[in-house]
Amino acid sequence: MTQPDYDLPDATGHFGQYGGVFVAETLIGALDELKEAYAAAQRDPQFVAEFDYDLRHYVGRPSPLYHARRWSEVLGGAQIYLKREDLNHTGAHKINNCIGQAMLARRMHKPRVIAETGAGQHGVATATVAARYGMECVVYMGSEDIRRQAANVYRMKLLGATVVPVESGSRTLKDALNEAMRDWVTNVSNTFYIIGTVAGPHPYPMMVRDFQSVIGREAIAQMQEQCGRQPDAVIACVGGGSNAMGIFHPYIPVAGVRLIGVEAAGEGIATGRHAASLTAGRPGVLHGNRTYLLQDQDGQIIETHSISAGLDYPGVGPEHAWLKDSGRAEYVGVSDSEALQAFHDLCRLEGIIPALESSHALAYASRLAPTLPQDRILLVNLSGRGDKDMHTVAEKSGITF
Amino acid sequence: MSKIQAVFERLQARGRKALIPFITAGDPAPELTVPLLHTLVQAGADIIELGVPFSDPMADGPTIQRASERALAKGVSLRHVLGMVANFRADDNETPIVLMGYANPIESMGLEAFAAASFDAGVDGVLVVDYPPEEAVEFAQTLHRHALDPIFLLAPTSSEARMTQVGALASGYIYYVSLKGVTGSAALDVAAVAARIPEIRARTGVPVGVGFGIRDAATAAAVAELADAVVIGSRIIEEIEQSPSDKVCVNVGTLVDAIRRAMDAAVSRGQA
Repeated sequence: MTQPDYDLPDATGHFGQYGGVFVAETLIGALDELKEAYAAAQRDPQFVAEFDYDLRHYVGRPSPLYHARRWSEVLGGAQIYLKREDLNHTGAHKINNCIGQAMLARRMHKPRVIAETGAGQHGVATATVAARYGMECVVYMGSEDIRRQAANVYRMKLLGATVVPVESGSRTLKDALNEAMRDWVTNVSNTFYIIGTVAGPHPYPMMVRDFQSVIGREAIAQMQEQCGRQPDAVIACVGGGSNAMGIFHPYIPVAGVRLIGVEAAGEGIATGRHAASLTAGRPGVLHGNRTYLLQDQDGQIIETHSISAGLDYPGVGPEHAWLKDSGRAEYVGVSDSEALQAFHDLCRLEGIIPALESSHALAYASRLAPTLPQDRILLVNLSGRGDKDMHTVAEKSGITF
Repeated sequence: MSKIQAVFERLQARGRKALIPFITAGDPAPELTVPLLHTLVQAGADIIELGVPFSDPMADGPTIQRASERALAKGVSLRHVLGMVANFRADDNETPIVLMGYANPIESMGLEAFAAASFDAGVDGVLVVDYPPEEAVEFAQTLHRHALDPIFLLAPTSSEARMTQVGALASGYIYYVSLKGVTGSAALDVAAVAARIPEIRARTGVPVGVGFGIRDAATAAAVAELADAVVIGSRIIEEIEQSPSDKVCVNVGTLVDAIRRAMDAAVSRGQA
């Protein structure tokens, strides 16, 4: 199936019935201002050139495309290629988007940036660009996540950011997002909200996707160069869905390439302790957009579970909801234990320590590869490195430092 | 004519302004909500905004968020809230009730089913915080079909074009958010509000209520001189929060009564 004239979202920010602008009137002015500023920046060759320059010289792009030859041999089926976003400055794909938004904040004369973070990767990336651009930076983080990701909290502080613990609700990513929205609505005149994923009110899902699409554009060129063709499937983990959208988007019009998003099935979909909104949720409205949500029968958002803080979110970017309904992308679940197994396999066989988030995508690749002949190609977005997860993995293995 | 419209016409004829208190349904306990509604009416409420608890109240400050959490902890859902309104209606068929909440519990029930059930329960208006007018055309039409008033917000940052857009959909009244921030934020700027009200009235043709940041009788009185209605929420929730359960109604009644008196005194001084 191909969609050569894929052109979503529409002018009002909708991907079919998903997306949109579901916020209180108090934020509409700020979103209108952002839409205009982003549209102007996209047309400005200087903005585009500076973004490209920073991605190259500050982030270290293009990130390599790496053939995981040993792991592929052990699995005995399709060849697995890794898009090495873990090698970016700050260790994940998140920085791509943060540079774009921080440049926009500077253009809009907003000296203060705020962000929400789950695993801490987006918080670290935001603190990093804020340090570089000389901006004040406040990061909201659920107190449960602060406990799970102590090293990243310290990194943010080293970079000069203020980390505000969020004690409301489930004390994870969704609550941090609520709190950041509250800060934004209160301080809208001097503050830019750097959202870390392809969710939130329009134009965020589109803008974050655009900034992250460099991943897929590079991959298309690198696949052509290394393999002379495009992969049979592109696989990426999906929490909010920014690394997946970044690699999927340029592939949407490419015929014959399956797009597979991997959600966190936690302790198993049947247990209810998971974060698989596309697999087990239903459409609703949260955090400014309509999308698939994990909710109870009364429409209250339910607490999610995943071993990886970055996937522990009850919603998902609206473009993924649209891609699911349209059939262009497939969404599957991978459990905590499968992700951990893939984490260890990649460490031992390839000498790469992947993030637990990315380990979900790796785990699905390891499930799919043996079912396919050896001339097939799977492209996995290795969205981040696993240094931040040492503590969690050690704890699971009964080890204390 | 809707019950809300009738209230405003009656008040205007008597030279008074509407007092619209807000409480969250089920806070501090489900069995106290109906008694609290009656208390508010006795203390001088003209219309009541009844908050529907939601797990992620993004536009609310910590006070109303805590009220929502207390209600949810007691298992209060949208269906229960509608049941509370129906119970209230057994003894009060006059005072309009406006449900205030977030889109997801309503969409989860289904717009049509929600509107029908709200009408049956005796609800008069609905304010969905995260439905700006551009996302609420179908919703507003559904409410109108069931004789319910869709209430919309306007903010200091709303353009003239948006005032017109809201005016095209709104009935009952418009809720002017008097400051940048979430509910329960710092005090409002009376002069800034004074400048905006005539612009909104001119473009919408419905009464204008002012809320967010009204924390005492003096501010309520100042706003009453400018707007058609005064909305007061977080301050009442704080009173509920700080009162032992057997004193909740008495304390809330005393607070609202003082605000009512201050508003009426200010308005009649202005007319003298």
